[in-house]
Amino acid sequence: MGKKVMMLGNEAIARGAYEAGVRVSAAYPGTPSTEVSEALVQYKDELYAEWSPNEKVAAEVAIGASMAGARAMACMKHVGLNVAADPLYTASYMGVTGGLVLVVADDPGLYSSQNEQDTRMVARAAHVPVLEPSDSGEAKEFMKLAFDYSEKYDRPFILRTTTRLAHSQSTVELAERVEHDLIPYEKNIAKRVMMPAMAKGRHAVIEEKMKELEKDSCVLPVNRVEMRDKKIGVITSGIPYQYVREALPDASVLKLGMVNPLPKQAILDFADAVDELYIIEELDPMIETQVRAFGVSCKGKELFTPLGEYSANMIRKAILGVGVEAKAPAEVPNRPPILCPGCPHRSVFYVLKKLEIHAAGDIGCYTLGAVAPLAVVDSTICMGASISSMHGIEKAAGKEFAKDWVAVIGDSTFLHTGVNSLMNMAYNKANGTVIILDNSTTGMTGHQDHAATGLTLQKEPTCSVNIPELVRALGVPHVQEINAFDLEALETAIKRAKDEDGIHVIITKTPCVLLDKRKKPLYIVHSDKCRKCGMCLKPGCPAMSKQADGTVHIDDTMCTGCGLCGQLCKFSAIEKAGE
Amino acid sequence: MNGTKSIMIVGVGGQGTLLTSRILGGIAMENGFDVKISEVHGMSQRGGSVVTYVRYGETVAEPIVEEGQADVIIAFERLEALRYSHFLKKDGVLIANDWRIDPMPVLIGAAEYPEQILENLEKQVKVYSVNATEEAKKLGNSRVSNLVVLGLAAKHMDFSKEQWYSVIEHTVPPKTIDVNKAAFDAGYCS
Repeated sequence: MGKKVMMLGNEAIARGAYEAGVRVSAAYPGTPSTEVSEALVQYKDELYAEWSPNEKVAAEVAIGASMAGARAMACMKHVGLNVAADPLYTASYMGVTGGLVLVVADDPGLYSSQNEQDTRMVARAAHVPVLEPSDSGEAKEFMKLAFDYSEKYDRPFILRTTTRLAHSQSTVELAERVEHDLIPYEKNIAKRVMMPAMAKGRHAVIEEKMKELEKDSCVLPVNRVEMRDKKIGVITSGIPYQYVREALPDASVLKLGMVNPLPKQAILDFADAVDELYIIEELDPMIETQVRAFGVSCKGKELFTPLGEYSANMIRKAILGVGVEAKAPAEVPNRPPILCPGCPHRSVFYVLKKLEIHAAGDIGCYTLGAVAPLAVVDSTICMGASISSMHGIEKAAGKEFAKDWVAVIGDSTFLHTGVNSLMNMAYNKANGTVIILDNSTTGMTGHQDHAATGLTLQKEPTCSVNIPELVRALGVPHVQEINAFDLEALETAIKRAKDEDGIHVIITKTPCVLLDKRKKPLYIVHSDKCRKCGMCLKPGCPAMSKQADGTVHIDDTMCTGCGLCGQLCKFSAIEKAGE
Repeated sequence: MNGTKSIMIVGVGGQGTLLTSRILGGIAMENGFDVKISEVHGMSQRGGSVVTYVRYGETVAEPIVEEGQADVIIAFERLEALRYSHFLKKDGVLIANDWRIDPMPVLIGAAEYPEQILENLEKQVKVYSVNATEEAKKLGNSRVSNLVVLGLAAKHMDFSKEQWYSVIEHTVPPKTIDVNKAAFDAGYCS
């Protein structure tokens, strides 16, 4: 017996990859997938892992490593798979040499995402098999199986997780790493050069491979039947399996570890063996639609929502008609996520608000600029879309309209896909202002390095993209670097950009407050000087509140000493403590 | 499953719910229980309302705790204690930091912070509270308020103090072991 430890689902996936003999991993951070790569770093003596600038690049790195005969993987969140969709669909035609696994994390319940898309649907369209574990122990084992199956069936595999699996801890039994030698490279243009003549042939091959896998999946150990009372039978997979076990401990269950392709015969046999069949799956009715197409009658989405996460109680109520009793929730004010105290984005948004400017937003902490009291971000679509959508706004509504707009994008997001959008603006003679909120990290996902931080995933020093030079090289004439907390300089630069034609890029280079280890003196309010004007409250710093007498109070457990409030106070009522 | 203990740790993103849940999960595992912990990462961590779940028992299936099923809620802030109070069982226990952090709707005057939260909750469930943030400030680090609250919770649980110390030593960053243990003591002895 190996040692037993508690692991996050994501740590268990990394452990499974390690034990499976993975040699190469590439990823772009994205909640809830980020910790897989962070956990892989501990095995750096035996495998190579990197942050790539985006998921397309990461997937291609993994595809190349597989071509070279290594077991390889790429990790991403569900929307990252959209970015990697182009290589995914064609890598599916090519098949693999060394085992190839994409770890893709869905986010039912939208804890940290812009949509609730279901990766299983993408995988089906791409003819890519999917394994889906139900706890950390299975996550580790399924990762190993995914590599074995990938090589056996010549298919890239997806290991699909969800937030609840990725970020839950449970027990994992450790095993030793099994090394796999590189499979010797052989040139094979029919398999690897996907031009029409060869791709036609490969399309036929993958249809056959998927049929073979579908047949075999009826006996593969990842799918299992748990026969108990036959009155209720449930087909389920992933985290919902745990809710089913909790809610219906006596029910029979067909637990699917492989959700694409489905084991048709096993499903028909299970359906025959039980009186009432339920399909319990979060998000889209992916299993249910196919089960119905097999001619099996079942109950699914007429009882269960396609939105958000499930729970045991939801299943009890829907199937047994009774749930656990609980009091009604208390009516309390919401507590939405906010920019941290001392966040350099806050002062930029404050200036934009003052100048009544609309911001086309992007993906990162600065999405929070959409909420009150700043509320300057008008749109958030996907990585890099701030710049290109603002370009579309200018082309449609004209440059006068666009003068009241800027695009805001973080440094990591700019390098992810924003560069292409800015190149497009320059190439197509656009007018507009782009603010690159350069906090020198990938913030929202928990501070990962990227191509402009000068450090690799292993924290080894490396070259660093010079963002202002890159921007100039794209053909942008007006590039200015400003400290995010210099309100005067910011306002001047934004006004100038607004008044002039052409493209202006303002880079606010100020580190994320959570990484800034410098101890700065905190700010205090001299209440005798406070005129109760409320100016200092406008940026919505969570450390500042109005007291009963109208004067302002700064919470010393939250203040970081950024000094934004001090700049705004016209009466010298807010100063550094001790001055 | 019967016999499973369900604990929720609730607070404001950044208050240390994650570390606390890992210590709780660690001590349950040390005692031979099957443990599941469910955490929150990403955007919700940025100053929003956060909740993590710890469940332990002979075998645990579901990693989350649902309404009406929590044996214990450990709350790092009063409003969050109230927000999740309906998750408690009838005989459940609330361990609370008697501390207020205004959420943005309150700060901008769009909502009011409820008064007398803990006093009102005491009429419905067993409540133990401590001003953990003040206690942590006395130790020179307001960030360890989570361990003060955990110390108070530990006082009402069955694990030994030595075991708590040992799990704390293995879980918190090495440089912060002493201040975290002192914070735990402050809660345990309150």
